[in-house]
Amino acid sequence: MSSSLSGPLHDVAGDAGHEDHPPRMGFFTDTSVCIGCKACEVACKEWNLVPEDGLSLSGMSYDNTQALGASTWRHVAFVEQPTGRASRTDLGMPGIGPPGGAEPPAGPGQETDSGEGGVRWLMSSDVCKHCTHAACLDVCPTGSLFRTEFGTVVVQEDICNGCGYCVPACPYGVIDIRPGDGRAFKCTLCYDRIGEGMTPACAQACPTESIQYGELDELRERAGRRLGELQEQGVDGARLYGADPDDGVGGDGAFFLLLDEPEVYGLPPDPVVTTRDLGSMWRHVGAAALGLVGVGVASFIGRRR
Amino acid sequence: MVPEASPDSYYGRPIIKPPTWKTPDVPLYLFLGGLAGASAVLAEGAAVTGRPDLERVARVAASAGAGLGTVALIHDLHRPERFLNMLRVLKPTSPLSVGSWILAPFSGLSAAAAASDLTGRLPRLGRAAGMGATALGPALATYTAALLANTAVPAWHDAHRELPFVFAGSGATAAGGLACMFTPTDQAGPARRMLAAGALVELAASERLTSRLGMVGEPYREGRPGRLMKAARVLTAVGGTAALLAGGRSRTVSTVAGAACVAASVLTRFGIFEAGMASARDPKYTVEPQRERLRARAAQAASTMAG
Repeated sequence: MSSSLSGPLHDVAGDAGHEDHPPRMGFFTDTSVCIGCKACEVACKEWNLVPEDGLSLSGMSYDNTQALGASTWRHVAFVEQPTGRASRTDLGMPGIGPPGGAEPPAGPGQETDSGEGGVRWLMSSDVCKHCTHAACLDVCPTGSLFRTEFGTVVVQEDICNGCGYCVPACPYGVIDIRPGDGRAFKCTLCYDRIGEGMTPACAQACPTESIQYGELDELRERAGRRLGELQEQGVDGARLYGADPDDGVGGDGAFFLLLDEPEVYGLPPDPVVTTRDLGSMWRHVGAAALGLVGVGVASFIGRRR
Repeated sequence: MVPEASPDSYYGRPIIKPPTWKTPDVPLYLFLGGLAGASAVLAEGAAVTGRPDLERVARVAASAGAGLGTVALIHDLHRPERFLNMLRVLKPTSPLSVGSWILAPFSGLSAAAAASDLTGRLPRLGRAAGMGATALGPALATYTAALLANTAVPAWHDAHRELPFVFAGSGATAAGGLACMFTPTDQAGPARRMLAAGALVELAASERLTSRLGMVGEPYREGRPGRLMKAARVLTAVGGTAALLAGGRSRTVSTVAGAACVAASVLTRFGIFEAGMASARDPKYTVEPQRERLRARAAQAASTMAG
């Protein structure tokens, strides 16, 4: 039983009762080098045998996947932003053309060169955040959701009875009920693979190392260095998302480097685990229950009729 | 690169997932749980003060409410054949887990008490079962507020201080109202008083809820949930006043006022349920308060640094 409901917590697996456990593993998704190829989406579906969940044209840029869900555990968002002025930022992507030649490096920033009316592309591969304080796990009434020895959060399919409580509890809108099946599903951080020392399918398939898998502490250091690099290059909008252990969910096991406000990518700007207020909720429920007893007693006092 | 003024969301899509809970199953369960829990309190009072007709009506209401509520809850599961997994663990962090452990014994105890009352058999055991149900009743009527509030749904979570009182009041109104409908007026005095007190609590708590929540409280005032809440307020106020002033003299008034209050309790639960759904579907209710929080924190940090 988890004893800690909010705030920084270093030993997540230990807090959940695992003794002698491996270090906490996670994802660092560096969206500045995402090229929107969706190899992560495909690899995830293939490895985890996740069924097809609708073939529709959304009209949302190149994003026909649309959102994370019971049958989409990696989702690549495509944001097309009109830009006021053209600018080139070398994001360190591999480019084509002769190195150090006469031409300016063709290394693509994620912006077009056309001046006024240009478009900036933001692409980001979203995934379950494997929160330090996971609301889905806290509210699950059957114990189907559990904390693994790697500090990740996984659904046990043979226990879930499809009550759906985890769905509105998640502050990121990740987990969902699979229609036709009735149980809740989400990213497992490839629990079966990492237990064997392998890399999760999405990170393995990512051609640009936008998705990096590893020990969370090390990923955080790496992300801090990458952010410094980008800031030095003048990429103003760059920021880490979910890397801060002091945030409302105690930091994410899967965190991001973003180039704009989180809500632009469909992420909540300041998520808080709902169970942070659990004490206050139960106290108010208790007071109201006592109030109901009082109403009952008062109703019988006095007149005989 | 200076980003343009950024939109609130990704193609207008919700940030959080709207609940997959079914209508009418869940709002109906909220009503039935409140009715059953408060009826158990009413039944015990009637037993202590010697009002057998009132006791019988309230015992049957408690038992039927819990029974139908259990059916609604199991029907709401997307894997109903696994409903027993609800009793696999007991987790204080999950109001649904705690609630299952309240509802299961309450259902059994209230059914035993009602059966004993109706058949006249095993009166002492029946009475003991009734006492057990009474002990659990107030929790059954109010835990559902934590069930809704312990989510990321803005209109529910932010209302976690007031919702338990709205639900307690609404449960008392429903239990009092139902008892008024089926009990002779000379025994229904406590039911009328419970109805009126419940109505007062519910109206006051609802008022405070909508005024404190500000922008996040909009769904309680606007659209379909807003209309449901308004209809519930009017019925509660009219039913409560009529029952208190004239319910003791006229069986007709007592019945009609009681029915109005039961209907009001149903409407309140559907209104609150749908307001939460609306606040989950529109990303602005998730994004704007969070942005505001970040701005306030940044301003505070800046002033600390300056000071």
